[in-house]
Amino acid sequence: MGMSFISYLINGLSLGSVYAIIALGYTMVYGIAKMLNFAHGDVIMIGAYTALIAITQSGLPPVAGVLAAVVVCTALGVVIEGVAYRPLRNASSSLAVLITAIGVSYLLQNIALLVFGPNAQTFPSVIKWDGVSLADGKLNISGVTIVTIGACILIMILLMTFVQKSKQGQAMRAVSEDRGAAQLMGINVNGTIALTFAIGSALAAIAGVLLCSAYPTLTPYTGAMPGIKAFVAAVFGGIGSIPGAFIGGLLLGIIEILGRAYISSQMADAIVFAVLIVVLLVKPAGLLGKKIQEKV
Amino acid sequence: MAALLDVKNLGISFGGLRAVNGFDISIEKGELYGLIGPNGAGKTTVFNLLTGVYRPDTGKIILDGKDITGKKTIDISKAGVARTFQNIRLFKQLSVLDNVKAGLHNHHRYSAVEGVLRLPRYFKVEKEMNGRAMELLQVFGLENHADVLAANLPYGEQRKLEIARALATEPKLLLLDEPAAGMNPNETGSLMEMIQLVREKFGMTILLIEHDMKLVSGICEKLTVLNFGEVLACGKTAEVLNNPQVITAYLGE
Amino acid sequence: MTKKKKISKQTRSNIITYGIVILAYIIVQTMINTGSISSLMEGLMVPLCIYAILAVSLNLVVGILGELSLGHAGFMCVGAFTSAFFSKCMRGEMQSDGLRFFLALLIGIAAAAVFGLLIGIPVLRLKGDYLAIVTLAFGEIIKNLVNVLYIGKDSAGFHFSTQDVMALDADGTMIISGPQGISGTPRDATFLIGVILVLITLFIVINLTNSRSGRAIMSIRDNRIAAESIGINITKYKLMAFTVSAALAGSAGVLYAHNLSSLTATTNNFGYNQSIMILVFVVLGGIGNIRGSMIAAVILTLLPELLRGLSDYRMLIYAIVLIVMMLFNWAPKAIEWREKYLSFGRKKKEAVK
Repeated sequence: MGMSFISYLINGLSLGSVYAIIALGYTMVYGIAKMLNFAHGDVIMIGAYTALIAITQSGLPPVAGVLAAVVVCTALGVVIEGVAYRPLRNASSSLAVLITAIGVSYLLQNIALLVFGPNAQTFPSVIKWDGVSLADGKLNISGVTIVTIGACILIMILLMTFVQKSKQGQAMRAVSEDRGAAQLMGINVNGTIALTFAIGSALAAIAGVLLCSAYPTLTPYTGAMPGIKAFVAAVFGGIGSIPGAFIGGLLLGIIEILGRAYISSQMADAIVFAVLIVVLLVKPAGLLGKKIQEKV
Repeated sequence: MAALLDVKNLGISFGGLRAVNGFDISIEKGELYGLIGPNGAGKTTVFNLLTGVYRPDTGKIILDGKDITGKKTIDISKAGVARTFQNIRLFKQLSVLDNVKAGLHNHHRYSAVEGVLRLPRYFKVEKEMNGRAMELLQVFGLENHADVLAANLPYGEQRKLEIARALATEPKLLLLDEPAAGMNPNETGSLMEMIQLVREKFGMTILLIEHDMKLVSGICEKLTVLNFGEVLACGKTAEVLNNPQVITAYLGE
Repeated sequence: MTKKKKISKQTRSNIITYGIVILAYIIVQTMINTGSISSLMEGLMVPLCIYAILAVSLNLVVGILGELSLGHAGFMCVGAFTSAFFSKCMRGEMQSDGLRFFLALLIGIAAAAVFGLLIGIPVLRLKGDYLAIVTLAFGEIIKNLVNVLYIGKDSAGFHFSTQDVMALDADGTMIISGPQGISGTPRDATFLIGVILVLITLFIVINLTNSRSGRAIMSIRDNRIAAESIGINITKYKLMAFTVSAALAGSAGVLYAHNLSSLTATTNNFGYNQSIMILVFVVLGGIGNIRGSMIAAVILTLLPELLRGLSDYRMLIYAIVLIVMMLFNWAPKAIEWREKYLSFGRKKKEAVK
């Protein structure tokens, strides 16, 4: 019981790390562009397919495959933002860009459907390392798990440093506080938002590879549910907050895996959503979100 | 005779900052009372306390003999306090007429079912509401704009519509938060007449926040001066305006 | 004078809306009778009514109340399963199929309304995107719970379980079997019933909007703080809009359940995908524009079928059309261009308001 609990916990941390990486992209885009990018999950799927093609058909080494996925997704993110979202940034309703994002999501899924077909494809093992065995072989932690958790922590640290220390990071914070004021201060708002989409999409590519390494079946709809879950994770932690997305993602992964193991495997999603509801009812702005009160 | 509004020792803090402290005011029925003070003195905070947007930490608010301290905004509205806002808050996507009819909400009633099924009561009450709302719009010279969306009204008219909507709730006390803000001298002049008219026509008791000294000294009988959240002076308009402390507070601004 | 004109303008707009539905029904029914419509198209008529009801009812929350809900399909799911449960139990036990369907309809609507109320009480305190994600979560939970629910009936009464195995007496039957859902629901839904329900939905939403309660709901949308200051009960009217919307979605669910002989809850019919689809109708048809959302629902439901000739490319084209239409309708630059070069641009904008 004890060992299996620890092993579930580690699996949860691993899944949670994937959610956290996706949620980081979600939350950055939300913080800066103030939009829910419903197509974010589908960028994950495109990233995974890119890596799959690069590794299995072009015979590239796994690292190059991951790099290819990052490059493709980064470009994709910037193009989507520029073509579909930017024209709607000052639209009279914020729903307009939300619906367009849904359209982009359908578009990416259907392109994948046409190019790769509806059948599930097996993702190659990118991480060859077998992992470690602890407690006399009672506790095995796979290489994928360790790499995923490590990657998530590394990304989180890099992202925090970037946002806090770099000039572009400061620009991001300024745009997220007040876009108009940032523009007046001479910050390139369009460039900053495009950069945010680029970073978010690059993270999505990494998340796609890690997700498919752990759960190696890939279909055009692979990204949809993790995308929604990561969105939940971002809201859970307080949308717009980078540490919030990190913590929200990890907690979500742990809750999902423990729920699946100890309560009911069919109801794992319902449990995740129920926890979200409870958290939001107690803390309406999420765990680390700021509550903004309207001034009268 | 007891005052219509009697406030004693009202106070509130925000995160350690005492925004309003020991605020007293007593307004007789039918009075036109001015609340003045430099920027950030806490005038709007007083309005927010009086209308239940904030709950006071200390003090009592008595309206027409009834204690309304700490009540919710909706109950205070029902008790008879109506207000306008410094930054205009109209129902922008509703017509001018519907803005006033929304103000009539609690005085002309029919149920949702009667509304959906278009039962006779719907027609009867809607007709009453239309009549009453048009009367109010006429007072403000807005009757020809009844079908216009509130968002499309010129700025000055929007301020008037806000007052009309507040009056529709049939208040005992009307709170006006800088009604002349952003108006040119002409518009301010016509607004002064309008406020006088409202007071006479409806026998209304009015408390208004104002920066424009001309407007204040022209129409208010009594003033209270607020400075750093505390009452600096109160009394007859002329006396208060000649009070050396008040002059310092204003010149020092 | 102006008052009279306004009322007649409103009435005329309503007559047009109802007229479109009735006219469409007459034309399609005539085509069905003369056999000049494919059976595939004919089979699409009840779904069209379902989507029109869903779009119009969601517009009550999104357009009139101004809150974003992504759980509309959940209420449809509640209406579908409760009514199908009733119909399956009562199959063969009631004299009149019509009465049975009518009762099923009432049950589906009532159940969805109760869910709307129970969910609305806690969630309507939240705002904007937080409300959106929580409604999405509730929708997913409803779908998920239906998938683990097993209900059987025998001489001893009803048996509930969340596991597949269930000890029923010899005369027992399974009514709801988890992911397999309910099979053998009577197919009571007809195009005529669908059209009547669309008309009733329009009647309720339009009349509610143009009444004292509707004004209260819209005043909350436009300025919550001002609405409170004039004594409008925010919670009451938010809940009213949300519950009525849920109840109407429930009626769409009843139609859905009684249009198929087997009912299951999947991501595509009762999941967030469906909720999002309904939201697309609302936004494309014009937020707050009742007639527009109905027409958008019909066009977007027909579009994939009309594109069927393009087989594999149809959903791709659908996605592109959606993106282009959104950009064309909402991008400030596109609106500017339209007003400059197309005279109908301005008129259309006024009509929406």
